[in-house]
Amino acid sequence: MNTEKLIATIQKIAAKIEEEKAFLTELDNVIGDGDHGINLARGFGEVEKKLDGLKDKEPGDVLKTVGMTLVSTVGGASGPLYGTGFMKLGAALKGRADVTVPDFLAGLQQAIEGIMQRGRSTKGEKTMLDAMIPAKEAMEAKWAETADAKAAFAAGVAAAWEGVEFTKTIAATKGRASYLGERSIGHQDPGATSFTMVLEIVAGEV
Amino acid sequence: MVGLVIVSHSEKLAQGVVDLARMMAREAPMAAAGGLEDGSFGTSFEKISNAVDEVYSEDGAILLMDMGSAVMTAEMVLESMEGRKLALADCPVAEGAVTAAVDAEAGMPLEEILADLEQVGTLKKL
Repeated sequence: MNTEKLIATIQKIAAKIEEEKAFLTELDNVIGDGDHGINLARGFGEVEKKLDGLKDKEPGDVLKTVGMTLVSTVGGASGPLYGTGFMKLGAALKGRADVTVPDFLAGLQQAIEGIMQRGRSTKGEKTMLDAMIPAKEAMEAKWAETADAKAAFAAGVAAAWEGVEFTKTIAATKGRASYLGERSIGHQDPGATSFTMVLEIVAGEV
Repeated sequence: MVGLVIVSHSEKLAQGVVDLARMMAREAPMAAAGGLEDGSFGTSFEKISNAVDEVYSEDGAILLMDMGSAVMTAEMVLESMEGRKLALADCPVAEGAVTAAVDAEAGMPLEEILADLEQVGTLKKL
């Protein structure tokens, strides 16, 4: 994926988040502070304004700018978390004009580690990591087996949705939902849901 | 004097904590960084950065945060200001602010105030 394609993909992500704003916020209303969709939509709205100025940058720098913009404008936990994720992914892709699947998977690993560190969190705490980690593992396995980008991303999206379903079965131990403890069981995590939506858009562009 | 920044999702809470601590410390440099630019709930990277600039001196500054994004955003502000003497306090925000304000006003160095703040979370009220 080159810069032109990446910018088009980010525009589609922003449109998707705007479209799902109410749904994501509703999910967050139940177990959080009810701002996830609104916050992410505000952040991606600001990202969209910057995309035109990034056409001459390499993909890694585009992603870094996306991350920094999210940190500055989201206003909730998804700002530092998505922001760190995009910045780490961008840093990992430094020097790449055309991002390959292995490049992306290595970057995704960096993003996951950055988010774990920033949120002081790990898998199984009812967070976005419960979608991200299985998605990355499934994509790696499928890529190793088939070397087919479309198949790898499809496997990643399927695993991420399974991760979202898994978050319904566990109690939150991180984030606002952790204040609800066991009462958070039965509800899906908004962050895992939004990550999966983002990955689904990327998968459609590969 | 060490400066203090109170970071909260709520503009009113951050300002209220500053006001509360101000009762005990008239001179200590304190700034509130609560809510988003438009006053709604959330944490703002820019508001926190500006608040640090407002209270910062070579004695340094300490940030006290409520939870979640307040902690993570404050942490990212610190990372963006590498080279400055800044620290995050791991303590309840209201009680910690009073302790830190009194300490700062007494001219205590940053390291000693932080050590005091570590005790704040362990103090029982009853």
